[in-house]
Amino acid sequence: MADSVPPSMDEPLFSQSDQLSMMDEGVSPSMGTFAQPEQAQYEEPRLKLRGISKYFGAVRALSTVDFEVFAGEVVGLVGDNGAGKSTLIKTIAGVYHADEGEIFMDGQPVHISSPVAATRLGIETVYQDLALCDNLDVVANLYLGREKRIFPWVAPVLQETEMERRTLEVLSTLDVKIPSVRVPVASLSGGQRQSVAVAKTILRNARVVLLDEPTAALGVAQTRQVLNLIHRLREQGLAVVVISHNLHDVFEVVDRVIVLRLGRRVGSYLIKSTTPEQVIAAITGAQFGETAATNGFSAEA
Amino acid sequence: MSNILENEPAQPTGSAVAHMSDASSMSAAAVQVQRLTFVQRLRGDLGFLPVLLTLLVIGAYFQVTSPDHIFLNPRNLSNIVLEIATIGTLALGVVPVLLLGEIDLSLASVSTFCASVMAVLAERKGVPAGLALVAGILSGTVVGLINGFFIAVLRVPSFIVTLAGFIAYAGLVLKVLEPNTTLIVRSQFINGLAGNYLPDTLGIGLPTAALVLYVGSLLLNYFTRRQAGLRTVTIIQLLVQIVIAVAVVEGAVSLFESYQGVPESGAILIGLILIMWLMLTKTGFGRHIYAVGGNAEAARRTGINVTGVRLTVFALSSTLAAIGGILATSRETAVASQIPSTLLLDAIAAAVIGGVSLFGGRGSAWAVILGALIIGSLENGLALLGGSQATQEIVEGSVLLFAVTVDAFVRRANTRSGR
Repeated sequence: MADSVPPSMDEPLFSQSDQLSMMDEGVSPSMGTFAQPEQAQYEEPRLKLRGISKYFGAVRALSTVDFEVFAGEVVGLVGDNGAGKSTLIKTIAGVYHADEGEIFMDGQPVHISSPVAATRLGIETVYQDLALCDNLDVVANLYLGREKRIFPWVAPVLQETEMERRTLEVLSTLDVKIPSVRVPVASLSGGQRQSVAVAKTILRNARVVLLDEPTAALGVAQTRQVLNLIHRLREQGLAVVVISHNLHDVFEVVDRVIVLRLGRRVGSYLIKSTTPEQVIAAITGAQFGETAATNGFSAEA
Repeated sequence: MSNILENEPAQPTGSAVAHMSDASSMSAAAVQVQRLTFVQRLRGDLGFLPVLLTLLVIGAYFQVTSPDHIFLNPRNLSNIVLEIATIGTLALGVVPVLLLGEIDLSLASVSTFCASVMAVLAERKGVPAGLALVAGILSGTVVGLINGFFIAVLRVPSFIVTLAGFIAYAGLVLKVLEPNTTLIVRSQFINGLAGNYLPDTLGIGLPTAALVLYVGSLLLNYFTRRQAGLRTVTIIQLLVQIVIAVAVVEGAVSLFESYQGVPESGAILIGLILIMWLMLTKTGFGRHIYAVGGNAEAARRTGINVTGVRLTVFALSSTLAAIGGILATSRETAVASQIPSTLLLDAIAAAVIGGVSLFGGRGSAWAVILGALIIGSLENGLALLGGSQATQEIVEGSVLLFAVTVDAFVRRANTRSGR
């Protein structure tokens, strides 16, 4: 299952724009390893961003960034600090609004005006802090804000049995092992907490799941657990985006990485045909040589 | 279910050192979670046990030392219940506020203010007593909405808002009662609230009906869970639960009946606690209160109307304070402009002693009964022993400090084990 190939990597638009952006920087595109077409399909990406720019005052955090993730694909979003990863994720999650550019879900143009709008479109974000209520049990956390009630208008009594049953169902599809779904989330391990946060998105019928540093601060076994979880999400046919600093984890779990540097997309690499060194080179800009990169960006700015 | 029970199959791929340390911590975790230790259960659903034990110790001590061993006789116990009705009702208002991680220092002033509104309407303006009573309670709701507006909408710290309220509403009491400082209440309806006892049919019938409903819901829950294939308590645990419930309820009823019957104010307090408990544990709104107290930001992100929850809780708390004030008025058959100095802290202490965390997110409505009983027993028992006011206050302060220390300790223990 680890080597399953994302349905289509042959979107002419993005590889072209990647090349264009590289040319902008005055660099030969042949130096990067680009996603190669695997099979000729014309499926639309689950989520596609085109030409996204975002300014904070005079600072351009993102400049004409393209991004796409297909159903059943795990995309790693990597880049150094300040590369624009968080800005891009927050744009997708509806926290920020892009100043330029378009967003498409399954080919349909959409407008993501707020986090609620993103949720309504099926875009769920698991932030690093997980946003769990430590004092509540797993079931309560999973259903927080959307509890099932028996007589919603007469006596809004919680349907505990039904919620617990569904919780167990969701956890077992994700192959998550938790001693009891009735213990406070505070008593779970870091990996289990991450699993609960992800299960929450499944319960909300997520179609795109954004994971912000899912393995940060986790032990080896717990990291393994979370990586398994990400595989499960892909098997469920979700589009998954993983932001991570840990290239080791990225190479283990993603199908493709998209590299951002200084607010630009500098490449998209199929993991199968890439080495970590190539990705690191793209992240740091080393592949272009010190001088070339500096020149390129000063000319751009 | 059994596959869920298995703990995380640890197959770390990292370095040998990381592997070993992690695997050992994993197996330790596995042992810990498979069966909750007694200490863990003490932090969880058995958290009330130490408090109950304290209450029993206090009861035994006063029984032995009080003159003629009258502390535990039905008459004295009935008196204690009458005495704690006001504190208990106020403490019940404190519970949801503490669950949010906030505080309400205005409760004593609010309760006296609302009682004086009711008394003035009934005694001076000639408003029918029932209507005056409703107006008194509603004035509490309005005051709570004002407090809540500053706290929830303007995000002023609740400590400051309610401290200001404490002072301002005390002034309002003087204004309302002008030109007197004390207003005698003659309305039989109002005075009867605290003094009367329920007729035997109601006194025995209501608790028994509640008991039947409770046992029925326990059984229903047990069988629906079994049907859904969920983990259930064992049949023995279920039976123990039922037996304890029957023993507590019928024991208390027969105790009251052996004196004059179930006091009305006690019945009102229990009824309010029941409603609060049902709301906190069985409804979405109650769950949202816990959620906001546990992690307000997470609650907000899931779409919970955090402002609305806070506003409602403060309105609820002041409404209960109004009811408490009315019960006090009924018991004393008068309203005085002097705010009882220990009322506020007694109410907060009752909630905290009963196990409601000052840090938010943890505690139950039933905490109020245990906490108020401890405070009531201490006051009553020390009075029986002829102890001075000074001793009483020192003992009470010490018990409160002890309870808060336990709370802080439990909290620290939870964070230390990475929880």
